[in-house]
Amino acid sequence: MTCVLRRRVWSLVSAILLLSLLSACSSQPATVYEGLGGEPGLAAVVDNLLERMAKDEQIVRYFQDTDITLFREGLTEHLCDVADGPCEYGGDDMKATHRGLNITQADFDRLVQLLIYAMQDEGIPIAVRNDLLKRLAPMYGDVVYQ
Amino acid sequence: MIKSSVDHFIRVVFFPLFLTMVCGFGHADSRIVATGGASNIEGSAGGGVVPWAVINGYGSSDEWAVTGMATGVFVDDFTLKVIGASVSYDNRVELSFARQRLKLDSLGGDLQQDIIGLKYKVVGELLYTTMPQISVGVQYKDVDDFSLPSAVGARDDSGVDYYVAATKVFFDALWGRNVLVNGTVRATKANQGGLLGFGSERNNRYRYMKEASVAVLLTDNLAVGMDYREKPDELDFAGEDDWQDFFIGWFVNKNLSVVLAYADLGSIAGFDDQKGWYLSIEGAL
Ligand code: HEM
Repeated sequence: MTCVLRRRVWSLVSAILLLSLLSACSSQPATVYEGLGGEPGLAAVVDNLLERMAKDEQIVRYFQDTDITLFREGLTEHLCDVADGPCEYGGDDMKATHRGLNITQADFDRLVQLLIYAMQDEGIPIAVRNDLLKRLAPMYGDVVYQ
Repeated sequence: MIKSSVDHFIRVVFFPLFLTMVCGFGHADSRIVATGGASNIEGSAGGGVVPWAVINGYGSSDEWAVTGMATGVFVDDFTLKVIGASVSYDNRVELSFARQRLKLDSLGGDLQQDIIGLKYKVVGELLYTTMPQISVGVQYKDVDDFSLPSAVGARDDSGVDYYVAATKVFFDALWGRNVLVNGTVRATKANQGGLLGFGSERNNRYRYMKEASVAVLLTDNLAVGMDYREKPDELDFAGEDDWQDFFIGWFVNKNLSVVLAYADLGSIAGFDDQKGWYLSIEGAL
């Protein structure tokens, strides 16, 4: 009995592995940046995100003294860089940028949520969204509780 | 004695706490959808039959979350109905309660088990750290009617399971989709999860059981996957098999999720090849 179940589990696992190998060959945009729609696409996502941040009480309080025009520029450049676009982020690293802000896990979760909503709103395909999140998620440790 | 202390716990501790959370402190739901998993049949956040390291609901740091669930498992000769609820705080601790009622469709009659669960996140963040999220948990289980468990050779009508679970979400892992992987090790004396009592006449040792789940998030709100749960096989008069299920979970929003699964539970209390449907609905605040 147990043996039959095990065999079934393995056949499922190998089917998934095979499919993932096949899908690696199918065509996809060359970079996340292109997937986001290049410069205008990224700009639309950032603007959508900024509007959501402005409306979110929990997030907006961190930006009372921020020059939003500069922040918008910096964030766009940073995301363009992270997404393998034709940019190089010239600002400080994420740890230095967020030092002293004492951003919590809830703030981070919230911002990730707003970014997902913004990307969904702008029609970014799920694979591109997940690829961008994969690149941003490891920054968690540098951003929170600094 | 034990029975009444469980009821006492529910009446005096759990539900007042539950109501306070709902009505008093308010709640929050900063975490992203589906990261709370579902409620497993024992009331702990997880897959259908496996507790995961995730904390129930969508509360993040300093936030409360509460959930309520109802589950039915309909296999050939048995029907299991579960209601449960949980309170979580800080995306760190989870206190849960579940009441299982097993209808013995072919044998006649039914039996009931209460489960109080406590889970604590030790390290890691499901979405963000290279280290998986790791939690430890206990489940105190108490069966109300010992006649069937004792007839099949069980020793006790109550017991405690201890488990360690590690869960991680891998972004963009399969067809651009996110994949959740969970592994759990459970120390248990429970026969059929406790419904057939704890330990056996011959043996009162803890056994270490391996459990695993994999889920692919096909969309932001739809997950498909499977659970596998190794089980002890200690009873003289009732063989026991590992459990397995294939599920599809629809996370409608942060307040509502539905899980449909096809479960293969093997032999139960002398009835072989128990297969059938699993349906669970969870509400979260
Ligand atoms: C992975 C997640 C995050 C990334 C990639 C990120 C990125 C950035 C970047 C690139 C800047 C500098 C922009 C510039 O050059 O001016 C910045 C600044 C800032 N970020 Fe973040 N951030 C993240 C999470 C958060 C969170 C969760 C919060 C809090 C809710 C936050 C609050 C701020 C604040 C307050 C500033 C400073 C604005 C100023 O200069 O006044 N960030 N962030």
